[in-house]
Amino acid sequence: MPTLEIAGKIVQVNDEGFMTDPSEWTQEIASAIAKEEGIETLTPNHWKIIEFCRQNPAGASKSPTLRAITTGSGISTKELFSLFPKGPAKKVARIAGLGKPEGCV
Amino acid sequence: MTEKNRHIAFICSKGNLDMAYPALVMGWAALGNGIDVTIFFTFWGLDMINKSRVDHLEIAPVANTSMKMNLMGVPGNLGIPQIMGVIPGMTAFATALMNSKMKGLGVPPVREYLQMLVDAGAKLYACKMTVDMMGLSMDDFIEGVDSIVTAGDFMDMTEDAQIIFI
Repeated sequence: MPTLEIAGKIVQVNDEGFMTDPSEWTQEIASAIAKEEGIETLTPNHWKIIEFCRQNPAGASKSPTLRAITTGSGISTKELFSLFPKGPAKKVARIAGLGKPEGCV
Repeated sequence: MTEKNRHIAFICSKGNLDMAYPALVMGWAALGNGIDVTIFFTFWGLDMINKSRVDHLEIAPVANTSMKMNLMGVPGNLGIPQIMGVIPGMTAFATALMNSKMKGLGVPPVREYLQMLVDAGAKLYACKMTVDMMGLSMDDFIEGVDSIVTAGDFMDMTEDAQIIFI
């Protein structure tokens, strides 16, 4: 299992660079990955989505699908795509320290 | 570095309920992965954006050999006899069945799905030739449809795009 150093911490990641152990995640890691993804500052609504994903009722280490995020967090599709532009599915998952969402909607 | 973004264009030519979903599902996945999405509605596919039709898309069991009784809980590969398929109400029954299966999976209805795609940045266009043939105008379409364009316009706007015909 490859590891990666993010925000001064060594974390386990899979071949695609997604963290595999959600307990290794910290808010500093989230901010550092967000910068890599082109999001300079995480606003309260970014955090709302990140927190929602980490409290995924399935309790799994996978990020919820985008539809699950919009219906569950109260953030609209438009806002989700403007907060995490160009590919929110993977961006949200990476920043929240979770795996890619499983599911098509 | 100004690398061109990946772009997928779907041509939706069918108005059956089962044929409405492929572009919606793949388009949504594409947008979620940061890929630009264009959808061109032509022929019966215009029903998907026609505001008086979009909530009434149907699936008929007639001549649909893949629609087996197991959808209704009958085990095995028993088909629906074609003679039954023509009984009034069978299309409505099959449609209700499919809609309830989709709902069970958390898949939104077509109208709502299209709105999600538009909110996520997809561009929807109606085919001018079919619009003229069917005597339609922009007023007949749901919100979110960008404009009515010709086949030539579509070719221009999908230069370098990957095109999927449905």
